[in-house]
Amino acid sequence: MTDSPNQNEVIFEAKNLQISAIRDDGTELPIVKGVDFKVRRGEVIALIGESGSGKTTISLSALGYCKPGLKFAGGEALLLGKDVSKMSTDELRPSRGINVAYLAQSAAATFNPSIKINEQVTESPVLHGTKTQAEADEKALKLYHALELPDPENIGDRFPHQVSGGQLQRLMAAMALCGEPDLLVLDEPTTALDVTTQIEVLKAFKQVIKEEGAAAIYVTHDLAVVAQIADHIVVLYNGEVKEAGPTDIIINRPQHPYTKRLMNAIKPLPEAGQGESSSDEYLRKDPALEAKDVDAGYGGLDADGTPKFPVLRDINVAIERGKTVGIIGESGCGKSTLARVLAGLLPAASGEVLLHGKTLPPALANRTRDQLQKVQFVYQMADTALNPRQKITDILGRPVEFYLGLKGADKRQRVEELLDMVELPRQFADRYPHELSGGQKQRVNLARALAAEPEVVLCDEVTSALDTIVGANVIELLKRLRRETGVSFVFISHDLSTVSNFADEIVVLYAGRVAEQGSTDKVLSPPYHPYTRLLVSSVPETRIGWLEEAAQTREAKAGVAGAVKLTKKGCPFFERCPLAIPGTCETIDPPQRLDGAGHIIECHREVSELGG
Amino acid sequence: MTSLILKRLGIGLITVLAVSVIIFFGTKILPGDAAQIRMGQQATAENVAALREKLGLDKSYVMQYLTWLGNFVRGDLGISLSSDVPIVNLISDRYQNTLYVSVLTAVIGVPISLMLGIMAAMFPGSLYDRVLTFISVTLVAAPEFFTATLMVLLFVFALGIGTAVVVGSTEGKGVFELISHFALPITTLSFVIASQLIRMSRAAVLNVMSSPYIEMAILKGVPRRRIIFRHALLNAIGPIVNVVALNLAYLVTGVIVVEIYFGYSGLATLIVQGVQTRDFVLVQCLGMIFCLTYVVLMLIADIAAYASNPRLRHPK
Amino acid sequence: MSTTDTPIGAHPDMLGGMPDGDKTDHFVAPYDEGVSFDELPDAPPKARFRLTTTGKIGAFFVIFWFFIAVFGPMLAPYGENDLPFPDAYSEFQVPQAGAWLGTDVQDRDILSRIMYGAGRTIGISVIATLIAYFIGVVLGIGAAVSSPRVDMVMSRINDAFLSLPTIMLGLVVVAAVGSSIPVLIITAGCIYASVVFRLARALGQEIMVMDFVEAAKARGEGRWWIITREIWPNAAMPLITDFGLRLIYIILFVSSLSFLGLGVQPPQADWGSMVRDNLGALQYGASVIPVLAPALAIATLTVGINLVVDDISAQSGGKLSKRL
Repeated sequence: MTDSPNQNEVIFEAKNLQISAIRDDGTELPIVKGVDFKVRRGEVIALIGESGSGKTTISLSALGYCKPGLKFAGGEALLLGKDVSKMSTDELRPSRGINVAYLAQSAAATFNPSIKINEQVTESPVLHGTKTQAEADEKALKLYHALELPDPENIGDRFPHQVSGGQLQRLMAAMALCGEPDLLVLDEPTTALDVTTQIEVLKAFKQVIKEEGAAAIYVTHDLAVVAQIADHIVVLYNGEVKEAGPTDIIINRPQHPYTKRLMNAIKPLPEAGQGESSSDEYLRKDPALEAKDVDAGYGGLDADGTPKFPVLRDINVAIERGKTVGIIGESGCGKSTLARVLAGLLPAASGEVLLHGKTLPPALANRTRDQLQKVQFVYQMADTALNPRQKITDILGRPVEFYLGLKGADKRQRVEELLDMVELPRQFADRYPHELSGGQKQRVNLARALAAEPEVVLCDEVTSALDTIVGANVIELLKRLRRETGVSFVFISHDLSTVSNFADEIVVLYAGRVAEQGSTDKVLSPPYHPYTRLLVSSVPETRIGWLEEAAQTREAKAGVAGAVKLTKKGCPFFERCPLAIPGTCETIDPPQRLDGAGHIIECHREVSELGG
Repeated sequence: MTSLILKRLGIGLITVLAVSVIIFFGTKILPGDAAQIRMGQQATAENVAALREKLGLDKSYVMQYLTWLGNFVRGDLGISLSSDVPIVNLISDRYQNTLYVSVLTAVIGVPISLMLGIMAAMFPGSLYDRVLTFISVTLVAAPEFFTATLMVLLFVFALGIGTAVVVGSTEGKGVFELISHFALPITTLSFVIASQLIRMSRAAVLNVMSSPYIEMAILKGVPRRRIIFRHALLNAIGPIVNVVALNLAYLVTGVIVVEIYFGYSGLATLIVQGVQTRDFVLVQCLGMIFCLTYVVLMLIADIAAYASNPRLRHPK
Repeated sequence: MSTTDTPIGAHPDMLGGMPDGDKTDHFVAPYDEGVSFDELPDAPPKARFRLTTTGKIGAFFVIFWFFIAVFGPMLAPYGENDLPFPDAYSEFQVPQAGAWLGTDVQDRDILSRIMYGAGRTIGISVIATLIAYFIGVVLGIGAAVSSPRVDMVMSRINDAFLSLPTIMLGLVVVAAVGSSIPVLIITAGCIYASVVFRLARALGQEIMVMDFVEAAKARGEGRWWIITREIWPNAAMPLITDFGLRLIYIILFVSSLSFLGLGVQPPQADWGSMVRDNLGALQYGASVIPVLAPALAIATLTVGINLVVDDISAQSGGKLSKRL
């Protein structure tokens, strides 16, 4: 394929493509409303949009496939000149896996758990007769090498659950590429990955697509990712194309207001000295909430007093009054557990949590109503956090009545004030949660915490389930509430750019230990903890060419290494750390290095060594 | 995985003990007296007391239970209260009929039902699927004796084959003769378990068929036959074995009703007689036998579920 | 919010633009300034619940039999033990004027006995189901909100009950205490309470781990509030749908016991015992009706309930049917 003479050959073209959902009563609901775009050989086209934009549905049309409950309603989907939207499964079968291949969002669900990896990777070309088993095996092995998979000779002999998530994601790419397709359809292939893993996978994808000379449709909601990988961008909203053009133009000179809003919702990491700071009006010098020497975990305590499944070790964090503290880390680092310990939802195994300098009873049941009122928790998923059988007025009214003793008209008035506060119409009070959109539900979720008139609000990933624009609006709301109420916020997130745009202080967690903490400015500028450096350098910038630069400069070794592992002693980052001191780092807990007031780096290296 | 199975076996053993407690003390709820029943109304108080001592009924309930359980485990099933015959003899006279009907139903009914159910899952929404689903939704809720009546109507009254009652001896009959001998009970029970099996095996296969890896196989252009036999069945086999074992366990109830309906004698008629004559020694024994069968089948169902999990079969 | 309704060229500030010289490549859809792009709804609105044709047939039978259960004795042409042809030897008469479904083994009118039996079969089953629900739900939700240890003990005991075939438990109880209608009701209620217990506990546990329950606990709410305001409103709907299914199994259980001669005792009419009493009609080839009529009565009732339940669970996303 690489030797194909015609570089301008159109591989796929959507012509006025329309797809509808079939409702239970047989009526049709248009999902995709007349979409046009072309994919030429060697090109990567990105379909970008938020949930409900129809981007996945459109991408699957290239395989002539509709999810159950959907159907092609009009227009054409031309794959190599043939309209696949009108072909039967039997007619489509020869082209699937050979002319066009698909990469899904979750590799873990996409691999058959009972079949060895290699058989699944080589299945398509062997079944279609384009390769013998031996040829396919050879091709697969080449791809394993190209995708930088560990132990490429033997990885195919394993079952899917025996390799890590990032590896499986790359193996899925091998599965798609094994038949040497003309067109690849990639559906959010890096969304489920951690940011430090994502960059490696992205790099591998980009390189392999280029080497194989295939064309690709890349579906994502993340403009920063798109900027790295796409030649053209198609912006979708509600099943329609809003803007389409070369990456450079869409990223740097967007025209359509929707594209502009998408771009504006992305907040880059602040430059040194540009971090957020809240008004000093409410600032006082005593911490509102403090964790001292906290160890925590799940599954009950062992004989030596440590939890069966330890998650946190030696955590010391203080939340000053009126300040916002961001807690950042990748999946499995214990950030949610820390929030739950602070809220009292999970009693610490050892150490203590203090409110205004007074120790709180570890278990919720032993806390006074006053203590409970002062610390409120906001859950990630509004869907499960709001009782579906209660109206908004009851959801918000209960804490008002419970903590403040308001009843009847006073209570109702307070509920309406709370709705005003989170910028929702007052008539929402009489609705049920399922009558609200995701963003609106999250606002109610927030209002419930504020209804208690707390001093500290713990927000656990409150924007990560929301679309970019909606999430950005929630952050704006939080900023306003912080200014107006003087409440301290603890903001837990895996997304460094979101945190850094909202928090005064940042705590970086790695494998259940604090790696670094301090003011946002200090943490995000050198000197860095080696892990913070990796994290900062992994956050994609919405800038063409960033991926190549980052791949050059960052510490490649740290990104590739496997899963986050908890250790009983020493620095858990040891295995991935480019500055690790063997013999010391893995055996002795790192000392706290002070770099100016309140900026702490836990590392065996001197601050001066962590500079440039 | 071995530890999981051992754990499940342990739970199974505890369940069997709990079952024995329930059955033993269940028959002791009311002060019915075994000695009195066995001696009849005319017995003198001394005679009854002597027998009570002989049967160990003067001891505490716990001692009686332990003795009973110990005897049961050693195969000493005791003596029937109503007929004064060792229960082992009663059972050995009757067990063949029950065994023939259950085993033949399992051998004939199960594979046919599975095939029908899996085929329905292969063509969901087709006319075949809808008709089969409707029939199984109907039959699953109907009582066994309704299905039996339909069979009699069809075979005996409409087609004029055989009679509505199973008569004659099974002595020296081959497999095919046995099948024709028990044709009506076997067809009835097959329909009864088929309705469950079709529904459940269809659901098990459909559940697998709607998983993302099957969608992926479709998008890779894998032919239908291979999707079903290589990708789907491999993952559905655990749930299907589970379903089969569960349904064989349900057969226990069906067997009882069918024996009474078609009027041939087996263990089920024996236990019903035991209940009617309030011969609780007999009821305890047969209750234990039926429950043990049931518990073992449930155990197989659970172990099948473990064995079907590739994470347990191929640990990291 | 969508801008496509606006005809192209209608607004001067609308940019159907092709800037940057690359006329073929850059496409910008027409738009109005100031249009907001609202968050799209999570899912298209759901169609309202409607019974399918089979569901309607099922509902007809259910309503019909419940009507007969209540008014049957008033409408029946004879008393349940009256003889339509007292002067004649009239065992297993075929249907005819005066006995529309013929007569049974003791010369009684089958139609009247079915109408009397309806109340007994349905009444016993409904009361038993209510008892099963009361015990099962109280204990099940109780176990779900109790400490893990209490929950484990309760569940283990329940599992032991569940691992017995229901009919066997019924036989053992009847062997011990003899058969009467109250015994039948209480036995069926208690046996099936264990099934309801398992369902209610599973539902309760599923809801207990929801964030909104944890939020209520974190607020400092008491156990009673959590059970009545947070768990119960969410558990009620699935439990009510399951009620129909449980009713089917209890009807089958009671009828089977009666069929074995261990349920409702003669001379009282009950569908299950009617089948048993008249088996002779089939075995001697005399008539089909005496056996078929009561069996068909049970089947139309239980199948009817099942058709309705199936409709409901299919339309509530099939979640319920997975749990059973």
